[in-house]
Amino acid sequence: MAAEGKSIDALGQFELTPVLGAVGKAVGFSQSNLYMLLAVGLISALMIWGMGRRAVVPGRLQAMAESAYEFVQDMVAGQIGDEGRRFFPFVFSLFMFILFGNLLGLLPYAFTFTSHIAVTFALAVVVFILVTLVALAMHGMRFFTYFFPEGAPKALAPLIIPIELISYLSRPVSLSVRLFANMVAGHVMLKVFASFVVMIGSAAGLLGILGATLPLAVNVALIGFELLVAFLQAYVFAILTSIYLHDAVHLH
Amino acid sequence: MDERDGFERRLREARTRQGLDKPTGNDRAGLPTGPWGIGFRAGVEVVSALVVGILIGYLLDRWLGTWPWLFLLFFLAGSAAGVLNVYRLFDPRRGRRS
Repeated sequence: MAAEGKSIDALGQFELTPVLGAVGKAVGFSQSNLYMLLAVGLISALMIWGMGRRAVVPGRLQAMAESAYEFVQDMVAGQIGDEGRRFFPFVFSLFMFILFGNLLGLLPYAFTFTSHIAVTFALAVVVFILVTLVALAMHGMRFFTYFFPEGAPKALAPLIIPIELISYLSRPVSLSVRLFANMVAGHVMLKVFASFVVMIGSAAGLLGILGATLPLAVNVALIGFELLVAFLQAYVFAILTSIYLHDAVHLH
Repeated sequence: MDERDGFERRLREARTRQGLDKPTGNDRAGLPTGPWGIGFRAGVEVVSALVVGILIGYLLDRWLGTWPWLFLLFFLAGSAAGVLNVYRLFDPRRGRRS
């Protein structure tokens, strides 16, 4: 499956194909949607099952659910402050959804829905709209002073305001591109080295098999690295969301 | 759980003494700090500001029929915004603006 002929098909893994037969084809239900539903199902199962027993001494699942909860709780409280508690459900859902998307994508044959800019950009736009609405709701018209620092000379306004505006509008772009680029780069590297294993291994006898262990070793290291990236990118997305929410709540 | 014997406090003190806990209060703690992480973030910030600037300029030009003047103007504004983004990335004064 890795190497067709002599070429390396590194991008084929990101192609969307309809699943669930004729029904899926009719409504455009791709494997990306399937994995999103799977991620949501797994998160719900973890939280509901894990917390179901409410043991004082947590079992494994409960410990996992609790540490995820506390991790995000600390992050939200630390970044936004006490007013930020009401945003906790949002940040937590976002974090878990991206984390599970990244981790599910590392399983063999699985699809990584966070490797599509359409998905990450949609998530980033949701964050962007929420942040803007929160700022508008909490500060009203004072929100627009955000684009012009106090004390700056008025003559510079035509210069500063467009720049600040672009800087503000670039947030969803950088937020989505960061996640998308990391996931794509990681999966392309995995695929390329996996293809090397097959290509070298099928080359010539013992030498080929010995040679194939090199890219295989690289892939083992890469999988470990990708696990780190999966966590890190979900974390970065969530913490940047918290930072933006902090700016929206406190404005200056 | 309530702290009956101040266990959490004593644990925290012990950890700080051993240097296991990094001093908190750090602004954007946890964001990637390695050379690759910083470099990638800075690159993404510049490029995304540029993309937004170019897009605004192009769309305004198409609307007003002034190609290429607004495009050039917003290209420059986008570059400036990109530099501003990178500057904020390293600006230690958190909370003032960003």
